[in-house]
Amino acid sequence: MPPDPILEVAGLRAGYGGTQVLQGVDLSVGRGEIVALVGRNGVGKTTTMRCLIGLVRATAGSIRFAGEEMSRTAADARARRGIGYIPQGRDVFPRMTVQENLAVGELIGASRRQRRADLVYQYFPILAERRRQMAGTLSGGQQQQLAIGRALIGGPELILLDEPSEGVQPNVVQAIVRVLRSIRDDLGTTIVFVEQNLETILTLADRCCVMEKGKVVDAIPPGAVTSENVRRHLLL
Amino acid sequence: MLGNLFAGFYQFADVFAFLVLSAAGLAIIFGMMGVINMAHGEFVMCGVYVTAASYHAGLPLPLAQACGTAVAFLIGMVLEAVVIRPLYTRPLDSLLVTWGLSLVVTQGTLVLVGSTFPGIGTPLGGFRVGDYTFSAYRMVLFAAAIGVLGFVWFLFLRTRFGIQARAVMQNPGMAQALGVRRNRVYALSFGVGAGLAGFCGALYAPTMSLIPTMGSSFIVESFVTVVVGGSSVLLGTAPAAVALAVIRTGLNAWYGQIIGQIGLLVAVILIIRVLPDGFTGWLTRRTA
Repeated sequence: MPPDPILEVAGLRAGYGGTQVLQGVDLSVGRGEIVALVGRNGVGKTTTMRCLIGLVRATAGSIRFAGEEMSRTAADARARRGIGYIPQGRDVFPRMTVQENLAVGELIGASRRQRRADLVYQYFPILAERRRQMAGTLSGGQQQQLAIGRALIGGPELILLDEPSEGVQPNVVQAIVRVLRSIRDDLGTTIVFVEQNLETILTLADRCCVMEKGKVVDAIPPGAVTSENVRRHLLL
Repeated sequence: MLGNLFAGFYQFADVFAFLVLSAAGLAIIFGMMGVINMAHGEFVMCGVYVTAASYHAGLPLPLAQACGTAVAFLIGMVLEAVVIRPLYTRPLDSLLVTWGLSLVVTQGTLVLVGSTFPGIGTPLGGFRVGDYTFSAYRMVLFAAAIGVLGFVWFLFLRTRFGIQARAVMQNPGMAQALGVRRNRVYALSFGVGAGLAGFCGALYAPTMSLIPTMGSSFIVESFVTVVVGGSSVLLGTAPAAVALAVIRTGLNAWYGQIIGQIGLLVAVILIIRVLPDGFTGWLTRRTA
């Protein structure tokens, strides 16, 4: 159990239709940590992320974020409370410009009068150059940067990031990883991410939680996130 | 010569205004939520009746028209929350429910208000160009149609609500995960669609006989324009209205009203054969 947990998940169950995917996920993440959820395909990593943001309804268990119970809270309220979400496949709004995509994320923080577009452009200068370009015409790496920027602009305390390296060139992935670490170091933002790419896990994660059959079954503690330890839990 | 030229423009403007004003609300509701609102004509009728009732109660016509628009907007918001919202994932059910609503409203109006309602005379009189006299109010309708397109452009491209609405339209789940209150956006969008239908009715109230089934006179043109235009008002409804107005005006002038109406429907069949997603799909592909 981390000393200052920002996210505490206990006995989380969820699924689609009659199929139960999550069989009681237990997870605790400390403020400012970067935690990787690892495991083979189909063990429920993405469902866990979707359940944490509220896009999949929890059928049992609890999700406490910053001490507040969230398992029955709507996704939009969770986002406004401080959870940022970057889905697998990025899901940028393709027929809106880069600037407009960021503006959607900015609406969350508008009530707190946080205008963080400059900060996003500082982390991802390519987005400033392409601010008037339609998001659907960006490359995979640029879309990933936009998706991260769009989540970041609302000033989240916790970012949920699903497969950041999927469909992105390796050199761009490394640049994104460097920015994510800067975001944590500069802003204290907590990051929970799902990843299959060994290199990304090794360079980004402080520690790993291993999922199997809809549960967290093992952990790789800080200092033990090595190629050998992680590889055992990935489908390689 | 000048009179003939202006007569051609006047007829085009008249058809264009009718198509844009009658279709804008329907296109917003269809484009945003995928709901085929079969009660669209009844929102138009609501605008007509509230305008007429307010006018006969002593309000000046523009204020009475604002009342007609506002009442349709409010009824749209309530209807979305109470009836439409649970049916977003069931398009056929929403179609059936709105059709049922249209029948209930039409028959309810017949029972409660009667088969006719006192009308309003067309204001502003006429003006001459060459040998012909034209109704000034029809030019107001044309200006209002341009104004509606400008309003929709401003609302959806220049406001915070517009950014939220377009995000919800493209990916409702992702928009919600970014903090957008999806239900509020849907309710407001349905309200705006219903309000624009009411605005259409309010504007045409001084030009028509007021009967409970009058909504049906707007339905054919509005659906035809939305089918040809597709889901976007700006990329779809506007160019569709221009194209259909040119076709109808030309055929009306050369062969008369009946051929004009037939030609319009034939043109629609041909256009959707070539552009199955309407002008919206075609223009979106070209700009992608």
